[in-house]
Amino acid sequence: MDLSSISPVTLIVSLMAASTPILLAALGELIVEKSGVLNLGVEGMMIIGAVCGFIAAVTTGSPWLGFLFGAICGAAVSMIFAVLTQYLMANQVATGLGLTMFGLGLASLLGHSYTGINPPLFSQIHIPVLSDLPVVGRIVFGHDPMIYFSLALTFAIWYFLTRTRGGLVLRAVGESHDAAHALGYKVIRIRMLAIAFGGACAGLGGAYLSLVRVPQWAEGMTAGAGWIALAIVVFASWKPGRAIIGAYLFGGVTVLQLNLQAAGLAISPAYLSMTPYLATIIVLVIMASDKKRQSLNAPASLGKTFFAST
Amino acid sequence: MLRLEARPEPSRAMVLLTPIIAVVATMIAGGILFAILGNNPFTAIRIIFWDPLFNDMVASYTRPQLLVKATPLILMAIGLSFGFRANVWNIGAEGQFIMGAVVGGGTALALYPLESALVFPLIIIMGGLGGFLWAMIPAILKIRFNANEILVSLMLVYVAAQFLAAMVTGPMKSPVGMGFPVSRNFNEYQSAFNAELLSNTGLHFGVLVMMGVVIVGYIFLTRHIFGFQIRVSGQSARASKFAGVNPHTTVALCLGISGALAGLAGLFEVTGPAGKLSTNFPLGYGFTAIIVAFLGRLHPVGILLAGLLMALTYIGGELAQFQMSIPAAAIQVFQGMLLFFLLGVDILVNFRLRWASTKEAR
Repeated sequence: MDLSSISPVTLIVSLMAASTPILLAALGELIVEKSGVLNLGVEGMMIIGAVCGFIAAVTTGSPWLGFLFGAICGAAVSMIFAVLTQYLMANQVATGLGLTMFGLGLASLLGHSYTGINPPLFSQIHIPVLSDLPVVGRIVFGHDPMIYFSLALTFAIWYFLTRTRGGLVLRAVGESHDAAHALGYKVIRIRMLAIAFGGACAGLGGAYLSLVRVPQWAEGMTAGAGWIALAIVVFASWKPGRAIIGAYLFGGVTVLQLNLQAAGLAISPAYLSMTPYLATIIVLVIMASDKKRQSLNAPASLGKTFFAST
Repeated sequence: MLRLEARPEPSRAMVLLTPIIAVVATMIAGGILFAILGNNPFTAIRIIFWDPLFNDMVASYTRPQLLVKATPLILMAIGLSFGFRANVWNIGAEGQFIMGAVVGGGTALALYPLESALVFPLIIIMGGLGGFLWAMIPAILKIRFNANEILVSLMLVYVAAQFLAAMVTGPMKSPVGMGFPVSRNFNEYQSAFNAELLSNTGLHFGVLVMMGVVIVGYIFLTRHIFGFQIRVSGQSARASKFAGVNPHTTVALCLGISGALAGLAGLFEVTGPAGKLSTNFPLGYGFTAIIVAFLGRLHPVGILLAGLLMALTYIGGELAQFQMSIPAAAIQVFQGMLLFFLLGVDILVNFRLRWASTKEAR
């Protein structure tokens, strides 16, 4: 095994790229859960975003349109979940699972003739002088614009949730939909918007996966990333800043195990491929066992159905 | 304008009617999907739902397949339905299915070439045990640390798939497989092979077990204290505590039973229809079983019918793929739509639609 082939700088740079799709999806789901809705369809919305973004980027030749289209399609499929759970009062767990299965199927159907194609290049930014600095240049100034966007989005969501009236209303709906309804807030409308936002973020994350991270379209390419995003929301105890830590931790494990595989560690690569999932389980256990923190931050109405009787 | 009005009590007629409405709606939506894909929707629906059973050209092959495909779905769905009733969400049946196949199949491979009547019973037990133990991981983490069983059981699906890959490229790789990542063929090992009991019926030992499970499941759910306890836990966790139900026991039982049944399903599948362990072995039955459980209204008899219907869509889907080159993924979309429609029309059980004037004070 040759560990010297693993360079710390490259490791950190690829860690950030590996974490970004999950961070984006987790941020979207965070908003959804803060509004009191548990959407387990993240995986499905992500893969729809991946395939739609890929198709749009290949057809138009513009990765930017790819991201946009991925986000739109992610939001569009999330509306199936939204209508079923908000207007038809379907069980959120079952509907979310259905969305994942439906999304995976629909994505393979749509992406049928797009396997093996390379998407248009989405290059990293290059600021003269700054990006050429040793170490710092690559880590701070050498990423593609979407990575900066994901970090800005984290800040924006934190600001929205804690510093604006809209964020307060969203949280009120998530804590007690009956009280929010009595105050005159449109619970269902707010939740529909939150779900659409979550879908758009998941779609964006998926598009990043197929346009930048891999970059190619392959059936089932999300490989559980959507589920890991759900776990990261729990890990983050519904706080945007902590979602970054969770996502980067996960990205670190992923990138490290990939590098170890490449370096030829003397065990079956299958065991190394398990590590991100095992790490997620361990993280879930650690967070869940701290009951006080969980109950303080979890939205009180999470997963409960709202029906305005009057 | 249409308005929803809560029913005083759930409609029994709608409980039976809604799955049928959902199936019909799915056929219509599926027909539209096939038309968009450039196929004749009526031919496609006929090939999927009618031909596998009644077309003389193919039915001699497809009819026995019905039991073969339905068995793992029904076995797993019955196990899952107990948990779903009690709000214990085992989403990782696919992983337990794989581990049942790996542990049970692995035991058989370790015993090869020992021929004995005890081999088959032993590997069945090991298969069930493999699934059971895999499901106990989320159960214990849930009970001990309050970790979310949905996410843990789901993560374990990916771990199990990687474990299977490690096994078939390593210790369980066939010495006569010319280097391919597959295990030995079980049909070459008489004592472990899950053979067809009556030729050309698809009836293997697992089908008998499945039928037994349907009956036992029915008795458990409707006549046994356990059935009462899981129903109470699902409706109100607090009330169930007053009724003397230990929530930890419920979690362990629900996950344990569904895991063991998924493990059995995996074992019967790998030693029979699939024939060998390989990385292509998992086909997503564990996820389809979730749809089957809901379509069957979480009731053993309903699940039996739902499993047969879902098996039909698999077989018909293969036929449609073969005859009309409809992509395999279209069937997955079709099954997803079925679940959506089912969940959507479910509202009719507890609510009725009423015309209401918009002027009325709300």
